[in-house]
Amino acid sequence: MIEAKGLTKHYGDKRAVEQLSFTVRPGVVTGFLGPNGSGKSTTMRMIMGLDAPTAGDVTVKGKHFKNLQWPLREVGALLEAKAIHPGRSARSHLKMLAQTNHLEDSRVDELLELVGLSAVANKRAGKFSLGMGQRLGIAAALLGDPEILLFDEPVNGLDPDGIRWVRNLLKGLAREGRTVFVSSHLMSEMALTADEVVIIGKGKLISQTSIEDLLAQSTENYVRVRAPEAAKLKTALEHQGAAVVLEDDGSLSVRGANEVAIGELAATMSLVLHELAPQSASLEEAFMELTEDSIEYHGTTAEATNSTGAKS
Amino acid sequence: MSTQSTKVAPMEKVLPAGRYGFFDLVRSEWTKVRTVRSTMWTIGVTIVLGIGIGALVAAVTRSHWSSMNSFQRLTFDPTATSLIGLLFAQFAIGILGVLVISAEYSTGTIRATFSAAPNRSRLFVAKIFVFGVLSFIVAEVTSFVAFFVGQFLLSSPATHQTLSDPGVFRAVFGGGLFVCVLGLMAMGLGTIIRHTAGAISAFVAILLVLPIILQALPYSLSTDIRRFMPDQIAVRMVTTQSRNVDFRSFAPWVGMLILCVYAVVLLVIGASMLNRRDA
Repeated sequence: MIEAKGLTKHYGDKRAVEQLSFTVRPGVVTGFLGPNGSGKSTTMRMIMGLDAPTAGDVTVKGKHFKNLQWPLREVGALLEAKAIHPGRSARSHLKMLAQTNHLEDSRVDELLELVGLSAVANKRAGKFSLGMGQRLGIAAALLGDPEILLFDEPVNGLDPDGIRWVRNLLKGLAREGRTVFVSSHLMSEMALTADEVVIIGKGKLISQTSIEDLLAQSTENYVRVRAPEAAKLKTALEHQGAAVVLEDDGSLSVRGANEVAIGELAATMSLVLHELAPQSASLEEAFMELTEDSIEYHGTTAEATNSTGAKS
Repeated sequence: MSTQSTKVAPMEKVLPAGRYGFFDLVRSEWTKVRTVRSTMWTIGVTIVLGIGIGALVAAVTRSHWSSMNSFQRLTFDPTATSLIGLLFAQFAIGILGVLVISAEYSTGTIRATFSAAPNRSRLFVAKIFVFGVLSFIVAEVTSFVAFFVGQFLLSSPATHQTLSDPGVFRAVFGGGLFVCVLGLMAMGLGTIIRHTAGAISAFVAILLVLPIILQALPYSLSTDIRRFMPDQIAVRMVTTQSRNVDFRSFAPWVGMLILCVYAVVLLVIGASMLNRRDA
């Protein structure tokens, strides 16, 4: 369990995190979403006691991180890839971390094996690729077999195989009853991994919700209807309070009535339907919709904020 | 993705009794210091400079002995001559002192370390302990070997000394301690400044530039201040010929005490900044 209450961090005039409150519970993967620069990393650093909050509080297992008895055995974190001395080997890096919490050296070899770095364990980490650095960071996070895990952008720099591996790893860790908190600026990635999401923009909480509810809330959900007598159906639907838009291709986009209601209405009116298709917004769209007003670094073209990309 | 399928009992982990302790951190810091090449390089240079330069000067003195006048022979200090390399070795150990902390910041290792051991004071004391013991051993070995090599090279007719001669053991042991304490001062600077180049520059400035600036002051003032400088304290510590002693300088162990105060002040400032600043 991770609990943030009114968590605030200012760097001079810059308000990195503002009155952020959320709860991350065990047994699920909780995604931490927000555009770049929205305060995700700052929040994670405050959870880990690296940065002191300007105001508010954040606890793990009901305690401040600093007061844990065995920090590495209780909370594991991947905060930045390659936070490692380039001259030190992967094995030595993990070993020195293991020793701080009185862990056996054998844990180091187990973790090197798990993340697939055994073959390069004695090579200097300076020669590692970003992906290998991420794997080493994940190994460090898992070293103490902790109940609570934080990952800041863990798939950055990984190849598709590695991304799938991380995804399954996170889900597996949650299934074991651990608290898994993983940040990303990619909604599409979170859609495949997370059960719940904490969404922030400009350091403020936008929403904490389940992935399902996030989709349901989205105004981008509508039903696409194609019918030869579209105009007649449109009038009838509007009469029942639905919002209907006649699209350029002659189809109708219906909001405020689901496919069951539309189908039944059409049947009672004996209207022929060629298509009746509920359209869910992609999570990407739902995310964009929520964070639209809080993008820190806008692109220069209008499309940069409105484009929803390919539907996932 | 359904919420139904994700209802999992929270993991109940049984932790060992107690908590992570000082000696866990000492082991970790020892692993850190011995697994980077810069440690071997700086220690190697410390030893080579510390022994080599003293040996060189001793050998040159021996070969010129016959051309030295009686005053030069009378004031010749075999121990101080053999330990002259320590004044160069101090820079190498200082670089190691800076690096043990600044490299953690420059590489980000500090955040991995604090994430495993968030009690920063305890971690810092473990770090000081490991570096202190390591630099003490290296400095003392360097000093004693430099002494024996130097005395061996100062063969008859040149004068040489043994450890049992008056003031000699103090000079050799104290010379080593001087190098060790300077390393700790450098570590304090590294903790305060956090950048390798900046901290090394500050260290060199204190040892080399400050004395030059002081010489520009009026003579009476500069000599009063000069005796507080590390190089003056070091010279007094290794001098065994009472004729060569500057009467204004502090007694050897008083000087050493002053040097220790510098190191403690720098380390305490460093520790308080380490605790207060975001990592």
